[in-house]
Order: sequence, then C-alpha cells, then structure tokens
Amino acid sequence: MAKSQESFDLVDLKLKVSGRGDRLFFGFSSVAAYFAFSLVFLIVIFLGNASFSTFKTQGLAFFTGSTWDDAAGVYQIFPMLVGSVLCSILGLLISAPISIAIAYFIEFMAPPRLAKALTNIVDLLAALPSIVIAIWGAFVFAPVAAQWAQIINNKLGFIPGLQNTSGTFVGSPFIAGWILAIMMTPIITSVCREIIGSVDKDLVSAALALGGTRFSTMRRVVIPTARGGITGGILLGLGRGLGETIAVLYVLNLVFIVNFNILENYGGSVAPMIAAYYGESSEVGVSALLAAGVALFLITLFVNLIAQIFVGRYEKKMAS
Amino acid sequence: MESLNPISSNSFGADVHLSTKDVHVWFGQRHVLEGVNLEFPVNSVTALIGPSGCGKSTFIRTLNRMHELIPNAKLAGEVLLKGQNIYAVGVDPIQVRINIGMVFQKPNPFPTMTIRGNVLSGLRLSGKHSRNEDELVENSLQAASLWNEVKDRLDSPAGSLSGGQQQRLCIARALALAPDVLLMDEPCSALDPGSTIRIEETIRSISKNMTVVIVTHNMQQAQRVSEQTAFFLAEDNNPGYVVEAGLTNDIFHNPKDKRTEDYVSGRFG
Repeated sequence: MAKSQESFDLVDLKLKVSGRGDRLFFGFSSVAAYFAFSLVFLIVIFLGNASFSTFKTQGLAFFTGSTWDDAAGVYQIFPMLVGSVLCSILGLLISAPISIAIAYFIEFMAPPRLAKALTNIVDLLAALPSIVIAIWGAFVFAPVAAQWAQIINNKLGFIPGLQNTSGTFVGSPFIAGWILAIMMTPIITSVCREIIGSVDKDLVSAALALGGTRFSTMRRVVIPTARGGITGGILLGLGRGLGETIAVLYVLNLVFIVNFNILENYGGSVAPMIAAYYGESSEVGVSALLAAGVALFLITLFVNLIAQIFVGRYEKKMAS
Repeated sequence: MESLNPISSNSFGADVHLSTKDVHVWFGQRHVLEGVNLEFPVNSVTALIGPSGCGKSTFIRTLNRMHELIPNAKLAGEVLLKGQNIYAVGVDPIQVRINIGMVFQKPNPFPTMTIRGNVLSGLRLSGKHSRNEDELVENSLQAASLWNEVKDRLDSPAGSLSGGQQQRLCIARALALAPDVLLMDEPCSALDPGSTIRIEETIRSISKNMTVVIVTHNMQQAQRVSEQTAFFLAEDNNPGYVVEAGLTNDIFHNPKDKRTEDYVSGRFG
C-alpha cells in the first residue's frame, strides 16, 4: 500500500542550505534584499521628516495654491501638479495609439526578422539617456513642433484649450507632451507587445476567417481581449511621464500659473520644477521641494498600483 | 471537358461548386503540397482524410485564402469558386472568406462577446449589415442546432457554454454570413463523443443547402458525414498529394489504390 500523503516528512526546500558556496550566496542575497528594503524604508522616513514642516506650515494650500515665493516662505504647487498631469496625458494621447499599433504590427503583421529588429529598436529607444532626448528636444524638435502648434492654433484656435495669446509657441505643454510620448512609447509598446502576443492566435484566425480586416480584427477582437493588460501598460507609461525630469525641463517654460491651453508658451511639471529650483533654494525651500517630491511620489505610486492591479488581473484571467 | 478527378459533375451528378486545379503549396523552400486537383459538388460533404502531416489542413486553408496569412507561405495553381479563381488579381480575400466560411479544430468563440455577439461578429468584423439581426441570430443558431439550448441566455458570455456548444456557436457564427461553402478543420477533435454526434448531425443538416469540406482524422466520421472522400498522403519528406478521391463508399469499401486500402483498413497512419 502506498503511504498516505500526511505521513511524508515535509522538508522546507526554500530554507535548506548546504555547502559553503551555498551559504555564502544565501548570506549575500539576504543582505542585499534586506539592504534594498531598508533603503526604501529610510528614504521614506527621510522624505517624510524633511517635508513634514512644509505640510505643517503651508497646510492644504500647498496643493491648491499657485504661489512659490522662497523669500516670503510661501510654497504652493498647484500649477505644477496640474501641469504634470496635463503633459503626461498629452503624452499618452500621442504614444498610446502609436504603441498599440507598433505592438500589433510586431505581433501579427511583421515577418519574424523585421519583428525582432523592431522590438530591439523600440527597446533601444528606452535606453536613450533622458539628457540626450532633452537636448534633441530643445534644439531640434521644439522649433519643428512649435510650427505644428502654430498651424493647429491657426486652424483650431477657437477651441478652448488650443488658444495662444502670447504668439510664442515654444515652451508649451504640447511640446512637452510630445517629448514625453517619445519616452513613454517603449514601455507601453513592450507591455502591449507581450499582452497582445498572449492573445490566442486562434481568435485572430477566427476573426480573419469571418471576413475581418486587420483593423477590424484588432478593434473588435484583439484589443477587447487584451483590454485589461493594455490599460495597465498605458498606466505604466503614465507613471513614466509623471516622473520625467530633465527632458521636460529643457522644453517646458515653467511658470506658476495654471495653464490648460496646451499651445500656450508656458506650463508646469513637478519633477523639472524641483530640479530647476533646487540649487537656489533656502533650507526651508529645499524642504518644500522635497514635499513636492512626496506629492509626485504619491501620485506615481497610485498610478503604478492601479497599473499593477490591471496587468495582474489580466494575467490571472489569461492563466485560467 | 475532361474531368480532372473522380469527384466530378459526371460521377456525382451535381454541379461542381468549388474546385482546385494543380494546387501546390510551399512554406519557404519546403514544398508541402503537390498538384491537388479536386472538385466539390454543390450541397455535398467532402471529407479530407490522411495521416498527420499529409497537408490536408494546409490544403483546406488554401480554399478560403487563410493560407496566405502564414508568413512565407506560397501557392501555385487555381482555386475556382463557381468557376472564378479566388486568387485572381483583383479578388478581395475578405470577400472570399465571407463566401467560404471556416470552423476550426478548437472551439474558439470570442470570449469578450456574448452568445448573440458571437453570432453577429462576422457582420461587425466585415462591416456588413443585416436588416433584422434578431432573426439572423435565431436562424443561424437554429441551423447550428444550438437555438433551443441558448435562446433564453443570448446575452451570456460565450465562455459559459460547454465545448460542444461552443463549437456549434462557431458554426452558427460562420453560417450568419450566409457562405456558399463551409470549411471545417477537424471540428470534433477536441470534443467528447456526445458532442461529436451533435456536430455531425448539424453537418448533415446544413449540407442540404451548403457545400461542406471537412478535414477529419476519424475514419468513422468520414463515413458517417461525407458523400465524397479524398485521401491525402505525404511520403518521406516529399510533398503531400491526393492518392485517391471519389465517392466515400468506394474509398472505404472498394479502393483502387493499395495505399488507400491500407490506410482505411487501419494498417498505418
């Protein structure tokens, strides 16, 4: 008779360490893991400690007001928060459709060799240092995009949000949005590529056999099936955009006035604002900048959390 | 005109609906199918049988231009639907696929759509319209023998159905486009015997006014559902070809070729 399962001695394989090499490696891994954990913990403590006084003195107006005056000790970041979200959403509007299209092309249309090359090229885009994109953006792209902005303003300037009273088109949220789109595209593409690739190929065949075109197949079958994962990928891109510093600093004219006109020549964004003001701030000012960092961190954390929930739920659905 | 094949308007006494002339298929450099000449008479069921890897699934995909979606796939020869070559310049492959429907090996209803949505998916995908969608849904599900089981839950997700029901939903989905021909690539291989019998009944009933081509590994099934049978074979890395084709009864009980006899009597494959 076979032994019943209960009578086996269960050994916890995870913790079973044997041999000197194993012990060393185990020790090193544990230290590294605990170190990373403590580091995050310490950073959170530091941020909380450094920003606490700002939250205390500025109160809720820190989030809702529009004045930043280091000399007077007034620190309010509302235009920057609005700007961060506005520029990132603009970036998403541009990069999300492009990324989904690239992902679909790579997974379903490109011959294998081209698909591989494209995957690498898009990933390479993610490897470009921000400062390179920043300089290219400021000196090469911005003048061109400013012309696009002018054309849009000429034709559609009557629409609220596309107005421009200054007559200058550089330094706008529109241009910052484009730059962010370039930085978001690789991450959104790579998530969408994996998600779209995991859609059952049989469903795609079925759709094509029912007289579907490439486009209707994507719209009616692939995207609805992969919706949760694609949403997660887009939110990860949003997180990337919210945190981008140097590239936005180079192309956006930071002004503490709330601006929803995307073609106007100024805007806001939290991360570049911190970078711009850090060097010339008083000690209290630096604490306020760190508080702004905390606010941005919370927003990004929230966006990433939602993204992970979406991606996780999608993967679970696919596994079942 | 001389008939190219035992399955012809002469031998079967019906008009030829779909036919192939000297069809060859390559995947990259590999020649996988050689010189297939077959004729499918109107409102009949033709079974394609043969061992794995003989090219019968590849062949059925050439009949509605699904074949060309495989990277590096090439084709020579003609596939004629009512006399017109579906590969001729200027023929829209999408229209071909609307006229020649397909049911796959594994039931593959769209999981994000309801039962009703699945039946109407062909319309949505191909941009066609129907004046009376409710009637179309009912008729298609009736024709696929699924209506009575799902009429009270048309808005439930397709995934709530059993495997056999899902496959009949896929048949209904193809029928909703009112195709001339229905291709079925081993439609029962993923189903239990009870579901298989239901599908076979459905095939018998839809073939009253539709030409059906079915790939099957199951020789009893070929005998139960088809009027004609074509036997495919590929030997030692050579391209697959049709050894023998004709009335199902002849292929199984009075084959002309020794290899056919060996295969249908279960000596190999």
